[in-house]
Parts: sequence; C-alpha cells; structure tokens
Amino acid sequence: MKPGRFTYHAPESLDAAFGLLGEYGDDAKILAGGQSLIPMMNLRMARPDHIVDIAAIPELTGISENGEQVTIGSMTCHADIVAAEVLVQRCPILPTAAKFIGHHAIRNRGTIGGSVSHADPAAEWPLIAILLDAGMVVRSSRGERRVQAADFIQSIYTVDLEPDEILTSLVFPVLAADEGWAFQQISRRAGDFAIVTVAVTLALASGGTIERLRLCLGGMDVTPFRLKDVERDATGKAPDATWMDEVAHLAATAGSPESDMHASAEYRREMAAHLTKQALNTAIQRCRGGDG
Amino acid sequence: MEKVAITLNINGQDFDMLVEPRKLLSDAIREDARLTGTHVGCEHGVCGACTVQVDGRSQRSCLTFAVQAVGKSITTIEAIADEDGGYTALQQALHEEHGLQCGFCTPGIIMTFEAYLRENRDPTNEEIRDVLSGNLCRCTGYQGIVRAVKVAAERMRGGKSEGGQS
Repeated sequence: MKPGRFTYHAPESLDAAFGLLGEYGDDAKILAGGQSLIPMMNLRMARPDHIVDIAAIPELTGISENGEQVTIGSMTCHADIVAAEVLVQRCPILPTAAKFIGHHAIRNRGTIGGSVSHADPAAEWPLIAILLDAGMVVRSSRGERRVQAADFIQSIYTVDLEPDEILTSLVFPVLAADEGWAFQQISRRAGDFAIVTVAVTLALASGGTIERLRLCLGGMDVTPFRLKDVERDATGKAPDATWMDEVAHLAATAGSPESDMHASAEYRREMAAHLTKQALNTAIQRCRGGDG
Repeated sequence: MEKVAITLNINGQDFDMLVEPRKLLSDAIREDARLTGTHVGCEHGVCGACTVQVDGRSQRSCLTFAVQAVGKSITTIEAIADEDGGYTALQQALHEEHGLQCGFCTPGIIMTFEAYLRENRDPTNEEIRDVLSGNLCRCTGYQGIVRAVKVAAERMRGGKSEGGQS
C-alpha cells in the first residue's frame, strides 16, 4: 500500500507548470488535492513517473462573483466552497452539493478542479457542472480555451484535457432569487460513493406553471446527464403530482445503469424515480419561498 | 531514487528528514519524526485512523505526501492536551462515555473532532454522525463517541453536563 517511485515537482507559476507538462507529457500527472490520485497511487493503480503538484500556484485558488456568474478556481477545496457565503447567497446548490463529498477531512483537501478532471461517474462536481452548463477554463502554453461541462466530461475517468493543459477555473451561472433547486443522493454511508444522485433547478412563472427546469441524473450512466426532453417539455406545465409521476418514470427509464457491488441496475432505476420526485418537490417548495 | 531533504513542522517543532518524494506524510510522521500516535489503517483514505491537522484543519496523512507538507503546521495526537498537560474536554468525555475500547481509531477521531469543535461549537447529533462517518471504529458501535462529542461540546461552551443521552 505504498505508491511507486516518482519525481516531485512543485511549480510556483502556471508557466513553470506548463513547462514541466510539456517536457514530460504523458509521463506526468497533475496533483491537485490528491484525494483520488493518491489512493490510486497507494493501490498502485496509478504509477506516474512525474508528479506536478499545482498547490503552490496562487491564481488557481479562490471564489469570485460578477453578478451573473461565479468563478471558482480549480484548486479551491470542497470545504471552502461549503463555507463560501457568496455561494450560499448566489448559487446555494454548490455548497449543498459539496457537503455530500467524501468526509470532513477529505473536503478539507480535495478540490473542485481535481474532482471534475478525474470524472468519477459517482462524483458530485461533474454532475453539478453538467446541470448548470458550467464553463471549464483550460489553459496551456498555447493559450486559453473554454469548454462546456457536458463536452469536457467525455466518459468514465475521461475528460477533454491534453497532457499539457491545466483546468484553471470553473464558471457557474448564479441562480435567480426565485429559482428553486434540490440535490438528492443515496449512498450506503454518508461520504461513500453515491449510488444515484438527482439535481434540479426550477423556476415558476407568475401563474404557477413551470418556466424553466434543469434536471440532471448521476449513477445512471458512464457520465451524469440531463433529461433535455423533459426540461423542454416542462415549460408551461403545472407542477402537479401527475407531471411529477411522469418525470419520475422518465428518469427511471433513462440512461443505462449497471449492476455492481453497490447496487443493481433495477435498484438504481427505482431510486432515480424516487429521488427525482423528492428533488422536484423540494425545488418547488423553495420556489414558493419554503425552506425545502 | 533520490531522496530530498525536507523540514516538517510538527507540533511546533522542526523535524529535518531525508525522504523519497513518494513517502506518505503518515509514514514520515511515524518513521522519521518518531511520533507513533498517528495510526495507519487502510492507507487509502477510508478509515480515518491517520487523521492529523494541517494548518488547523483535519486531513488524511495517508493521502498527502510528506513533501507536500513542507511549510505547513502539522498537529498530531501527541500535541493534544489541556493547558496543564491533562486531558482535553474531548479526551475526558471519550473516557467517561465509553468512546473507545481498543483505542486504535481514537487518535484519528480526536484529531477530527478537536478541529471540528472549533468550527462548530454546538453540533447536533446528526452533524456529529456526519463528521464521524469519516472515521471507522470497530469496537464501540459509535454511540459512546457521539455522546462524548456532545458532552465535550457542552463543556467547552461552559455549560454543565451530567453525561449525554443521544
């Protein structure tokens, strides 16, 4: 249970990091918070020759808001997102989702950028990034580019990141003041890998019908995914029990969940229906000014 | 593979050591600083036995390389005591409430909750259980630990406690 040998680099600037990544290419691995990479190295499932620790690069950490969007540096740890007042006010689903990640000590070290780049299909950040159409800001010595989350997260443990690129920040839209939201998850024990996760944002028109809906499922396929047809069809509908049953049924039959040691595919489908209904109810209550 | 010379500040004292970059902080604490109160269980972040504080926040020392901890202030179980060198409120409560039996997980639990109780002075049972989910204990069944944290929090706030019911 000890990692294999590697050479350690701790660049203090992005340019220095790009230099190292350019030089070592596929032999190098970026170390962010290390809460997924180091267990994999301890288990010798990963044996990189070079570790590029990006913790000493100051501009990768921090949270800022510009009215329409919040920008979170990729090296910001989950615990700092939980505690960020600006997020509690402007995009409360982010700190709520962050509380579901691992355990207290893991949240003190694990980072949002590391989680999204790792793209574990059970992880919270890829799901929230896809739910909110977050923009991934990616930099290399060749410049900067921006990718939408659903394109960035390509498959299980696979993202749109070249060996010489670093995910530097994530840009989320803020939620409207009257926008309801919910994050529902089931796992065997708090902090364990999630079996199924459902996240929702929902806004009601003045007449009480649905104005816009976002609905994202995790644990039902190799990546989290949105039910775009359901979202589109929801506009103008009354958020009543019949509609919720319909959406829950569509959530249960979406994707292609696998059976594994944690849960059968059938159980995942049942939980997707159950959590979807819970999430929609909570989001609607929050729209109407309740606490959920 | 080349070793690197590093200095780790543990419990306010500097320790010079020569380590391979792959050396985990948990092993550096135990083998190089010779502080064996930090225990090593699963070595992949699940059990919480190796929890220490880095700059005052609980972290898994098995999920950190020693070279990453240079310049940080590391606190281990050896530094946990009240002002007179006796038990802290949490340690005393764990003793009274049957919060430990074999003691293997105890250092990790103390390092977790000494940090947590600074953040949250009045945790609910649910919050205590949520935090405790990061530390495995195979002896107690957890009930005594939850009670102990509750009692310790009350005493630290200056209130009285006759032992908790959870």
